[in-house]
Amino acid sequence: MTKLTPVLSKNWNDADSFTIANYKKHGGYKALPKALSQTPDEVIALIKESGLRGRGGAGFPTGSKWGFIPQGDNKAHYLVVNADESEPGTCKDMPLLLANPHSLVEGIIIGSYAIRANHAFIYIRGEVVHVVRRLQQAIDDAYAAGLLGKNILNSGFDLELTLHAGAGAYICGEETALLDSLEGFRGQPRLRPPFPAIAGLYAMPTVVNNVESIASVPAIIDNGNEWFQAMGTEKSKGFTLYSLSGHVSNPGQFEAPLGITLREILELSGGMRPGHQLKFWTPGGSSTPIFTAEHLDVPLDYEAVSAAGSMLGTKALQVFDETTCVVRAALRWSEFYKHESCGKCTPCREGTWWLVQMLEDLEAGRGTEADLDKLLDLCDNIAGRSFCALADGAVAPIISTLKYFRSEYILHQTNGGCPFDPIASTLFETAGA
Amino acid sequence: MSDYQAFTTEQLATMDKIIARYPKSRSAIMPLLHFVQSIDGYVTPRGIESIALKLDLATAEVTAVSSFYTQYKSEPVGEYHVGVCINTLCAVMGGDAIFEAACDQLGIKNHETTKNGKVSLERIECNAACDFAPVVMVNWEFFDNQTPQSVKEMVDDLQNGKPPVPTRGPNTLRTWKENSAVLAGLSDGLANEGVQAGPATLRGLNIAQGQDKK
Repeated sequence: MTKLTPVLSKNWNDADSFTIANYKKHGGYKALPKALSQTPDEVIALIKESGLRGRGGAGFPTGSKWGFIPQGDNKAHYLVVNADESEPGTCKDMPLLLANPHSLVEGIIIGSYAIRANHAFIYIRGEVVHVVRRLQQAIDDAYAAGLLGKNILNSGFDLELTLHAGAGAYICGEETALLDSLEGFRGQPRLRPPFPAIAGLYAMPTVVNNVESIASVPAIIDNGNEWFQAMGTEKSKGFTLYSLSGHVSNPGQFEAPLGITLREILELSGGMRPGHQLKFWTPGGSSTPIFTAEHLDVPLDYEAVSAAGSMLGTKALQVFDETTCVVRAALRWSEFYKHESCGKCTPCREGTWWLVQMLEDLEAGRGTEADLDKLLDLCDNIAGRSFCALADGAVAPIISTLKYFRSEYILHQTNGGCPFDPIASTLFETAGA
Repeated sequence: MSDYQAFTTEQLATMDKIIARYPKSRSAIMPLLHFVQSIDGYVTPRGIESIALKLDLATAEVTAVSSFYTQYKSEPVGEYHVGVCINTLCAVMGGDAIFEAACDQLGIKNHETTKNGKVSLERIECNAACDFAPVVMVNWEFFDNQTPQSVKEMVDDLQNGKPPVPTRGPNTLRTWKENSAVLAGLSDGLANEGVQAGPATLRGLNIAQGQDKK
C-alpha cells in the first residue's frame, strides 16, 4: 500500500496552521534564504531538475516555464499565481490556502526571485471570502516580517505582492483569460503565440503558475531534489493533493506520491458509501474524460492517466455510484460549459448551447439513436476549434460517457425518459427528504 | 455625475488607494467594482460613472467588464445572498433538492430577492468545496454538507435576523456589503476567526499520521 506523504498539509491539524508563527514552527521560510543565497539561474535549474510539473491541470514542467522568461531584457517581469480554482470537482487550492497560505507566499517570493520579477499577483476566485481574508493576512504578515517589500532579508531583492479577487468567471482559470481579466478587461483568452513568457501581463514576460505548483517549491528547495524525486513515478515526480469527492464513505484531501491509484485511495479512506458500487469517476475534474471501475488501478500520474484515455488534470476524483444517471451528469456538466463559455469563439459559444439542447432531449427520452451520432459530430466541430481548452473540456464528458455508457443513453429513449430516481443518489435518501 | 449622489471624499480616497496597488490603473476595475458593491450593494450607475472617471474610461467600457462577471450584480441582491451549488456532483448528491427547498421556503426563484430585501437566491457553479458536498454559500462563505432541511432552517434564520455561522468562515456571518469590501481588498480583521480546516480537509492527513504510528 502506497504511503501518504503530507508535505503541504503536514501542519493542517494545528488550529493556528494559517499563521506565520505556525508556518515557521514547521520549518517555513527556511527555504527562502537558501534560495536567495543562490543565483536566480541556479534556482531555475534546481526546479527544472526536480521534475516538478504544473499541478493546475496541464502538467507542464514548472522549471522550464520559468526558464522561458528572457533574461537581461530590461523589461518588467511578472509572476502571476492562478488561484481561480473553478474546474468542477477541484477543491485542493482553496483548503490549502485556508489552512496554509504562507506556503504559497514563500513559493511566490522564491519564484519571483528566480524569474527576476519585482511584482507578483495572486488571482483568486472571488467566491471564497474567508480564503481571501487568510491570504491577505498572510501577505500583510510577510510584509511586516520583511519577507516582502524592499531588500528582502538583506538580499537586495525587492518584491511587491498583490492579491486580486476575481468575480465568478470560470474562464479566468485559463491563463491568458486570467491575464486579460487582471488587466481590467472581460476575461477572454488570447491567441497564442505570443505566449505569456514573451508577452503576458501588460505585454511583459510573465509566468502563470497554479497555487499548488508554487506552494510546492519551498519544500523542494528545503529538502532537495533527491527527497522530492524519491516520491512519484519516472516522469511524474513528487507529492500532490488528490481531492476525493462524491459517493464515497470519506471524501477529502489526500496528499500522496504521484502514481497512487483510486483503488488505493478508496481502500485507505473507507471505500464507497455502504451498499453501493462505483459506476464512473473523473480523474481530474469535469474536463477530463470519465473513467469506470475498470480504471481503478490506473496509476494517477500524468503519463498513465493519459495512456488510459483521460488526463490527470487537477486530480479531482469525483466518484459516482450506480444510482447516478450518466446522461444527467453529462447534461449538467454541459450546462456548466454553456454558462461559462466566454463567447469569444463561435464553435464554443454556439456549440455548447447546441450540446445542451440535444442532451436535454436525450435525457427526457425525446432523442433517437441517430442523435447520438449527431452529438458526436457536434463535439467534433467544437473540440480543438477554439482559442482555449474550454471547448475541449466541454466535449470530454459527452464523448467519454457515450464511450462507456451508450446503452444508457439508448435506455432513456426506450424508457421514454430517465429511468433513474434522483433521490436515490442524494446523501439524504434515507432521511425522508 | 450630477444625477447621482456623489461618493464621499473618504470613499473616493479609498478608490485611489485601490488603484495604487497596480502598475496600470485599469487593473483596478475589478476591486473597484467590488468596492462599489460594498457601498451600494450592487453595481449602480453612480458606481460605473465614478470608476470610469477614476480610470479614464468610457462608462460603456466599465459596464462591459461588470456585465461579464456573475458576481457583479446589476440589481440589488439580499443582505444575505444564498448560492446553492447545482454543478453535477453537488446536484446529484442533493443540490437540486436543496435548491427546490430553498425556493419553496423563501417563495422566490433563481435570481430573485425576498420582498423584505433580506435574502436572495442563485444557482451557482462549482465552488471548490466538493469534499463537503452538497455545498451552499451565503455571501460567499462556506456552508458545508447541507440538506434540504438544514437549508430551510438556514433561510428562516436569515429572514428572522439570526444569521447562522459559516462552517469554515468567521464566527459571525457578515452582510453582502461587508463581504464585498473584503473582496475589494479591504481587511475586516476576521482572518483569525473560524477553523483552519474542515474534517474532510484533514482526512488524508489523519490517515497518514495513523500510517506513521503503525
